[in-house]
Amino acid sequence: MRTPVLSLALAALLLGGCAHSSQTLPLRGTGDLGVVVERASGTLQLVEASTHTSLARIDGLGDLSHASVVFSRDQRYAYVFGRDGGLTKVDLLLQRVEQRVIQAGNSIGGAISSDGSLIAVGNYEPGGVKVFDAATLEQIADIPATPLADGSANSRVVGVTDVPGRRFIYSLFDTGETWLLDFSQGNQPQVTRFENIGKQPYDALLTPDGRYYIAGLFGEDGMALIDLWHPERGVTRILDGYGRGQQKLPVYKMPHLEGWTLAGNQAFVPAVGQHRVLVMDSSTWQQTDAIDVAGQPIFVMARPDARQIWVNFAHPDNHQVQVIDSETHEVIATLEPGPAVLHMEFTPRGDQLWLSVRDGGEIQVWDPYTLEKITSLPAESPSGIFFSSRAHATGL
Amino acid sequence: MAAPVALPHPGIPPTRGSGTACGRRGVLVLLGCLALFSPALQAEPDTLRQRQLDNLLLQDCGSCHGLRMTGGLGPALTRQALADKPRDSLIATVTHGRPGTAMPGWNALLDEQDIAWLVDQLLQGYPRP
Repeated sequence: MRTPVLSLALAALLLGGCAHSSQTLPLRGTGDLGVVVERASGTLQLVEASTHTSLARIDGLGDLSHASVVFSRDQRYAYVFGRDGGLTKVDLLLQRVEQRVIQAGNSIGGAISSDGSLIAVGNYEPGGVKVFDAATLEQIADIPATPLADGSANSRVVGVTDVPGRRFIYSLFDTGETWLLDFSQGNQPQVTRFENIGKQPYDALLTPDGRYYIAGLFGEDGMALIDLWHPERGVTRILDGYGRGQQKLPVYKMPHLEGWTLAGNQAFVPAVGQHRVLVMDSSTWQQTDAIDVAGQPIFVMARPDARQIWVNFAHPDNHQVQVIDSETHEVIATLEPGPAVLHMEFTPRGDQLWLSVRDGGEIQVWDPYTLEKITSLPAESPSGIFFSSRAHATGL
Repeated sequence: MAAPVALPHPGIPPTRGSGTACGRRGVLVLLGCLALFSPALQAEPDTLRQRQLDNLLLQDCGSCHGLRMTGGLGPALTRQALADKPRDSLIATVTHGRPGTAMPGWNALLDEQDIAWLVDQLLQGYPRP
């Protein structure tokens, strides 16, 4: 009768690894967890939303100067895309790195397929996308981007997003294209190329239903829209020439785009090089307003109930956060959480907003209904905050 | 609504857009006065400013060039990568930016001394081992 007990203990030991040695792991779910990127130290903090606490710090993730995270659909694993080309699979239950591959020299972000089986990574160097098995991190496909005219390199890739139906979509910064990869027929993707989408797409978003892909342009004023219900219709230019007549300011930080920019039937997006948030009707994609704000917007993020829009800013206005009423388009609050607010993340139902204050060395938790700060947690140069609820959102 | 909490801003003091000309003129006047008394001022920014600039170099330049300056949206700025680049042209790039790329001109936020100091950090190899 001793054998099963022993093997159970052995299994627990193996499962727990060094982090938990002989302790038994408590039973728990991972749906209330998130990770915060500590960019300077190359570490992640594992946080729990309901208790506003940090549970662990996980190290060994390399250069996280520009890092983003997606989650397995069981919400147990976080996949971290690091600047150094590292793709790291982190186990949130065992609080440790499960596996890590250096898949490129320099990467920008990635996505997980709608069925949870594939991880796509967008790379600057070598420019292109590589796709991995989510379970094993074995490489499944390598899709180099368009070579530059002088042949020195391939275009850099931005805005990698999952599309329903085991597809991925992304844009090419240097050659002004969008590529759609379709893995629905197997692990050899069909590639659809959209050319001449506009100059220097810098990031992109997918609407939460997965229908519209919108790439923001850095090299000209406007955005490129693709209706994925009708890819045959090609690219439509929206917000064309939104900055006409305005002097463009130097851009000290690239804005970011994601699907949270949709609030009901409106879309709120950052104007590049201007102190404005642009508003569109998301049924016609026509501009309806431009809201003056405190600086160049970086993240323009709707509270999950779509009633408010939270905005943070580029250097040197990044000590502020503004809150916009989505109905009146008035700025209803200007908050000063601290120096260098880099990122914000709502809990999935919007009862909390977490934000990272890089130069203040802390993560803050706010109540976005009372606009009161609930608490703060120490962190080393925190940047991105990602809750595991993203596992079940298309395009995040 | 909560009263916004104003924390001291250890970053670079904001001088932007329309306020820039005024702020810079103020700085220039101040520099002019100080220069009468302090011939060493030309040399480099004071310790506090160096700390601010160091943070800017790591965090803000690092956003595009990588925290280890190995490149990103912007090119690598390691000592090796800059080996054949003249100091003056690096200063010009930081000052005025590079049209057609994502590199902005920093002269709205930084003065000549600041920029020269930053470029020298890169030429000496940054981040230091």
